[in-house]
Amino acid sequence: MSPRRPGEPLNVLWLQSGGCGGCSMSLLCADTPDLNATLQGLGLNLLWHPSLSLASGQAVLTLLDDLVDGRQRLDLLCIEGAVLRGPHGSGRFHMLAGTGLPMMSWIERLAKVAKLVAAVGSCAAWGGVSAGGDNPTEACGLQYEDHHPGGWLGEHARWPGVQADAERWPVINIAGCPTHPGWVLDTLGALAQGALHPHDLDALGRPRFYADQLVHHGCSRNEYYEFKASAEAPSDQGCMMEHLGCKGTQAHADCNTRPWNGQGSCTRGGYACISCTEPGFQNPGHAFDRTPKVAGIPIGLPTDMPKAWFVALASLSKSATPRRVKHNATADHIVVPPAIRKTGLK
Amino acid sequence: MSAAEPNTRLLVGPFNRVEGDLEVLLDVREGAVQSARVNATMYRGFETLLQGKAPMDALVYVPRICGICSVSQSVAATYALRDAAGPLAEPMPANGQHALNLMLACENLADHLTHFYLFFMPDFTREVYAPRAWHAAAQARFAPLQGLHARQATAARQRWFQLLGTLGGKWPHTQSIGPGGSARPIDLSERLRLLSWVHEMRQFLETTLFAAPLEAIASLDSEAALQQWWQADVPDAGDLRLFLTLAHDLQLERLGVGPGAAFSHGAYLQPDGAHLLPGGVWQPGSQAVSPLQPQAITEDATHAWLQGSQPLHPAQGHTQPDADKAGAYTWNKAPRLAGQVMETGAVARQLCSGQPLVREAVQRSGLNVYTRVLARLIELARVLPEMTRWLQALQPGQPWHAPCPLPDEGEGAGLSEAARGALGHWLRIEQGQLAHYQIVAPTSWNFSPRDAQGQPGALEQALVGAPVLPAEDTPVAVQHIVRSFDPCMVCTVH
Repeated sequence: MSPRRPGEPLNVLWLQSGGCGGCSMSLLCADTPDLNATLQGLGLNLLWHPSLSLASGQAVLTLLDDLVDGRQRLDLLCIEGAVLRGPHGSGRFHMLAGTGLPMMSWIERLAKVAKLVAAVGSCAAWGGVSAGGDNPTEACGLQYEDHHPGGWLGEHARWPGVQADAERWPVINIAGCPTHPGWVLDTLGALAQGALHPHDLDALGRPRFYADQLVHHGCSRNEYYEFKASAEAPSDQGCMMEHLGCKGTQAHADCNTRPWNGQGSCTRGGYACISCTEPGFQNPGHAFDRTPKVAGIPIGLPTDMPKAWFVALASLSKSATPRRVKHNATADHIVVPPAIRKTGLK
Repeated sequence: MSAAEPNTRLLVGPFNRVEGDLEVLLDVREGAVQSARVNATMYRGFETLLQGKAPMDALVYVPRICGICSVSQSVAATYALRDAAGPLAEPMPANGQHALNLMLACENLADHLTHFYLFFMPDFTREVYAPRAWHAAAQARFAPLQGLHARQATAARQRWFQLLGTLGGKWPHTQSIGPGGSARPIDLSERLRLLSWVHEMRQFLETTLFAAPLEAIASLDSEAALQQWWQADVPDAGDLRLFLTLAHDLQLERLGVGPGAAFSHGAYLQPDGAHLLPGGVWQPGSQAVSPLQPQAITEDATHAWLQGSQPLHPAQGHTQPDADKAGAYTWNKAPRLAGQVMETGAVARQLCSGQPLVREAVQRSGLNVYTRVLARLIELARVLPEMTRWLQALQPGQPWHAPCPLPDEGEGAGLSEAARGALGHWLRIEQGQLAHYQIVAPTSWNFSPRDAQGQPGALEQALVGAPVLPAEDTPVAVQHIVRSFDPCMVCTVH
């Protein structure tokens, strides 16, 4: 097996296990008039993808054997969906069709020969919704189980990468439920071009280009947030943090500056951010659509904000809320328009 | 092992270009499938994950059953929660009902497009068909990632999902859908943008898929009319014509003939309480559609790695793994309607709603690879113009959502249609929490295992007789049959 030459496309294998396939469906919504041209242009060669490839059955099994036995080079293993270890550690909750082997064994074997491993989506990263409730399938992520390091491949596993350097890589966690097509394409493209390094990942292994942002950034409801003018019911226009469970001020992602499906995001869609890029988001300990509070103050305050400051600012801004913002917050369309003013000096 | 030898056994998988993982075990004799067993290989246990959750949490969880039917799952849960609310639920505003239908139709039509261009047609680019006159055109159009029309369809689909970006924030896993209606009001300029995106898709369909106005396709009212339309142009003028050409050449109507009975829950509930596509039950040989009796739906787990073997209505059903169960070969239960094996999908919707061309084709040739795919394309042409009408009916400034308080004790059923067929949710609320949740998905029906009576499921019957060529390990005919159902395996077991 010859090593990858500079400029040669990245050989990518994409497999699905304990998840919904939604991260692949999301990828197909990438903002491009020609997804294939985009993949080629980024230097990505899909060896096999469950939704996009011709090969089925024996042809796929031959490819997997070739990769495991080193007859073909595997640069990047992308896993979508959690690793299902149950029942009782047997992995029988997902046997890869046609092989008689648990998918978790295939993941382990392929991870040994891959130069890099990426968890596509929150199930593959942390377990995600597949690990919901009391986790009946013993689901976990590749290198995490919720926020505990470990997961299926182990806390200390590292991969050599595709550059001729000494940097060692953890699993790259392209978390999100689903993950954004731009996060996937930017991560994979940057890897192919040698533009991403381990220090470009945050402490949870997420690419910092999106994980160093908060969902709150660019939220179209920001004026309501400023004045704590809150939505009380679905379809209200106000801020959803106080009553409706929104975690946008804590969730790491750029959903409101890198919109979804054209011009969307969860908060623009009229519902709370449920913090789907974060480990353990699936079991928040409270109803998703209600903000848990103590003495009327939300438990989950904005990230990096001291509680006393938040309380002081919130009471001040509430008392200063313009009538327009207050009324529009609990309406489903603008009932009080902004005053028309001259904005120049005269 | 050569398939041409008598009495060979083939284990086929993994399938791709289906949603999720699928394995099929075939007994082959003298070049044809004698019997088939279908294995849905993955179990996640959503019905148990939901136990003890707040009822509205279902709207976070159930879309994540499936990345391709996510809105469909949300809509079924929404109707189940509304049903549980009973008289507490205020009438859903017309805007909210239209918005739900628009989101559901956006997903369902996108799935039909994805199925045709990315999942089903690529198999006709295989080398085994190289001698056929249509093969070069199929390769140029449908080769995975390379074919021009597959790429154009992906781009059209991407633009199309801007509808859901605006109406629902994002896709998949859209949470603006709820028992009170839609959480996302639409204003005047957004409504115009939505209309223009629907028009863009119309342009793609009329140029590339149909090479004809949608209304000309939707109004084809007999096989003679279709034949005349097909022959009125060169055999590859538009992708529907190319499909008809290769379907005729390969006699796809003789491939994958199922047991013949089909049903639909009815699709796209309107503000007046009627469905755009009414549901019902279609029996082979019958000229009439009989009403669906949802209380006659049962599931049994005789051949599933799940506890129990008695057929139970989903309101009483349960889901507990038993991985060592004797005689089991799949994680999927066997749903039946009054004990009968049923097929569901676009073909069932078109039969039950009386589309005359699909009815005539099915009366003549049954439910098969050809009629399943034809019905999907006809449905695209029928439903897209309705979306324009729903958008025109939206009234910015009027409500989108009305209160729907949920009781501390109650039960409900939500019956809807995903792209691939009838989807039902049954739930019970006790002490303000979900105490029971059962889901019967379209591919649970279509890809069911044998039941307690030993009756094979619809795909298991449709595979019998499929040709297996010498030395084929992943028979191409089997792939056509499997994919003709547009299976969603992640929904199947959930």
